[in-house]
Amino acid sequence: MSEPMLEVRDLTKNFVKKLDLAGRIAQKMGSSIREEVVHAVDGVTIRIEKGGVVGLVGESGCGKSTLGRMIAGILQPTSGAITYKGVELTNMNPEEAKRAALEIQMIFQDPFASLNPRMRVVDIIGEAPVAHGFCKASEIHEYVSEVMQRVGLDPEYRRRYPHQFSGGQRQRIGIARALAVKPEFLVCDEAIAALDVSIQAQVINLFMDLREDLDLTYLFISHDLSVVEHISDRVVIMYLGRIVEVAETDDLFREPNHPYTYALLNEVPRVDQRGLDYHPIEGEIPSPLDPPPGCHFHPRCPHAMDRCKQERPQLREIAPKRWSACHLNDGT
Amino acid sequence: MSADAPTLDVRGLKTHFFTKAGVARAVDGVDFTVGKGEVVGLVGESGSGKSVTGFSIIGLVDPPGRVVSGEVLFNGQNLIGLSPEKMRKLRGNRIAMIFQDPMMTLNPVLRVDTQMVETIRAHDKSVSKADALARARDALGQVGIPAPDERLKSYPHQFSGGMRQRVAIAIALLNKPDLIIADEPTTALDVTIQGQILYEAQKLCRETGTSMIWITHDLAVVAGLADKICVMYGGRIVEQGAIDDVLDHPVHPYTRGLLGSVPGHNTRGQRLYQIPGMAPSLLNLPEGCAFQARCPKADEVCKKEPEITEPIKGREIRCFHPHLDQDEEIGA
Ligand SMILES: Nc1ncnc2c1ncn2[C@@H]1O[C@H](COP(=O)(O)OP(=O)(O)OP(=O)(O)O)[C@@H](O)[C@H]1O
Ligand SMILES: Nc1ncnc2c1ncn2[C@@H]1O[C@H](COP(=O)(O)OP(=O)(O)O)[C@@H](O)[C@H]1O
Ligand code: SF4
Ligand code: SF4
Ligand SMILES: [Mg+2]
Ligand SMILES: [Mg+2]
Repeated sequence: MSEPMLEVRDLTKNFVKKLDLAGRIAQKMGSSIREEVVHAVDGVTIRIEKGGVVGLVGESGCGKSTLGRMIAGILQPTSGAITYKGVELTNMNPEEAKRAALEIQMIFQDPFASLNPRMRVVDIIGEAPVAHGFCKASEIHEYVSEVMQRVGLDPEYRRRYPHQFSGGQRQRIGIARALAVKPEFLVCDEAIAALDVSIQAQVINLFMDLREDLDLTYLFISHDLSVVEHISDRVVIMYLGRIVEVAETDDLFREPNHPYTYALLNEVPRVDQRGLDYHPIEGEIPSPLDPPPGCHFHPRCPHAMDRCKQERPQLREIAPKRWSACHLNDGT
Repeated sequence: MSADAPTLDVRGLKTHFFTKAGVARAVDGVDFTVGKGEVVGLVGESGSGKSVTGFSIIGLVDPPGRVVSGEVLFNGQNLIGLSPEKMRKLRGNRIAMIFQDPMMTLNPVLRVDTQMVETIRAHDKSVSKADALARARDALGQVGIPAPDERLKSYPHQFSGGMRQRVAIAIALLNKPDLIIADEPTTALDVTIQGQILYEAQKLCRETGTSMIWITHDLAVVAGLADKICVMYGGRIVEQGAIDDVLDHPVHPYTRGLLGSVPGHNTRGQRLYQIPGMAPSLLNLPEGCAFQARCPKADEVCKKEPEITEPIKGREIRCFHPHLDQDEEIGA
């Protein structure tokens, strides 16, 4: 296997919910009340090859954004390592660290919240490239016009403010802002979730074109399995902070291994399936504050055994290019 | 579905908003029927008038909006112009609405049992408290809430989002309505939780003969659930018919474009069809067909308003140049 562009090893992020004053007093007086810890990301390992698109799927709160933000360098991991182009982020000298920070860019879900409403588009897109010497301040208009054209925005509009654009156009502004610093790796966090179907198709096509033209590598976070199937080479499925399955896209959709993946695929409505008899998996998604022991999925899993309640299943390679974390794979 | 008179018959419905910026023709000539026990999917992109159609049916359009013309025949009775008093009696009794945000239905300061008993007794004072409570418990069980006896004593904030939506559905069901209008009730929920709710909704219609209008922007949800589909664009239903017919052989250029832009099983690596441009503002719709600026088949004729026609049996559309030859390419 070729050297991965990005590698994440045993990455963990805990958020500690601090006690409020009343809680601290209660604790002093002998109450068993404790600070609560959310294991948002719990020992995650992924390799991403150059030029690949890795889809990251999972239900709300499973840790997708937290993982993406650590990779993009905007959130510090609690433990574990992120290696970019062979060098661990924490071992980089300032020069390397700065380069990595520019080369890995993140695109967010809400095109509106992530753009400063008081800045003109030319400054939103041009600020970082000027600051980092990709272009001179005097050339900002030419530079920004070129980037805008690349994402299908009319450069005539560069003096406008974000609110003067539609949702799809605002998402393009966000993409242009990321592209302006010539990134090599894009973390897209639900980057099309807020858009209407016909506009989604436009932005998906744009991502695919950019991949070709600029040789980009993507981590594509989405809860929409149809979109992920369309865009990814490989898919990572998360449940409550852990990876449960990794597979090539075709393999995963043809024959999911992990019971959670299986349930998820069954549940996704598809245009080509009519008059369904729904057979939903039962139960709620457990609170990440208090995840079930052993396999996190065991309270909802139709195949759960005694062992599943105690022992965490490790993510293991069960077939070439296929990993799954389920005790069933240890069977006879 | 049945040869009987439909439960709901909407004719020529127009609801406009008289704002300072001008008249927004949110619903501008909507015609459809819902048979007994039938599930009708009302789909369209945001702003196409789906919710306003729902609100118009149950008489919840607030100023500056007003139903300016049309009839809403519910079991033969025209609801437009009915006194607010009579309308309130119907709502929550014969017709119920479920919203994207369940807190539109739930009262945050009341326990679930209090709300449910009140709902029942508001419509039939002769029901004893004990009987009402028993019915409330049954209704919670019916929508798949575990331990309903305990849950009755909870407040809405003590439920997860999915559970809260189920409680809202249970309340909508309490008085066994003839018609339920569900406005994107699963849009904010995770896939596995959405699956559970679709399952309950489907079971309900099949078992009790309740009719349903399921409003969504998600074609895939409607594909699995509905008997009939109405596709809205710019305040009008542009195509309607039996679900299989429309999804397999759409004839309206917008429906074709929409279906072509959905990523799925067989689209990987390919460009998605993209409908060019974006939805027009309702404040300044073009004369004639609202889709003309984005339509590959538009010509001079389309500057006139397309009337409803039935080019194929059971299919109603508004278009001068329907795709009756199905082998044509989408963009042609
Ligand atoms: N700053 C924070 N402080 C405390 N807890 C947090 C923080 N950020 C995230 N969490 C918790 O970490 C877990 C994972 O959150 P994350 O945002 O990564 O989920 P996600 O998979 O992106 O979900 P979604 O699909 O809803 O975006 C959740 O339980 C969340 O509540
Ligand atoms: N209170 C209001 N005042 C002015 N315009 C409104 C109001 N409510 C809805 N509209 C307009 O009516 C149109 C249709 O809205 P809606 O039915 O909510 O769309 P959707 O199909 O997304 O449910 C939108 O363009 C919206 O801006
Ligand atoms: S480890 Fe056990 S509980 Fe977890 S998915 Fe596998 S069978 Fe189910
Ligand atoms: S009426 Fe004309 S513009 Fe409208 S959808 Fe049909 S062909 Fe296109
Ligand atoms: Mg997230
Ligand atoms: Mg709506």
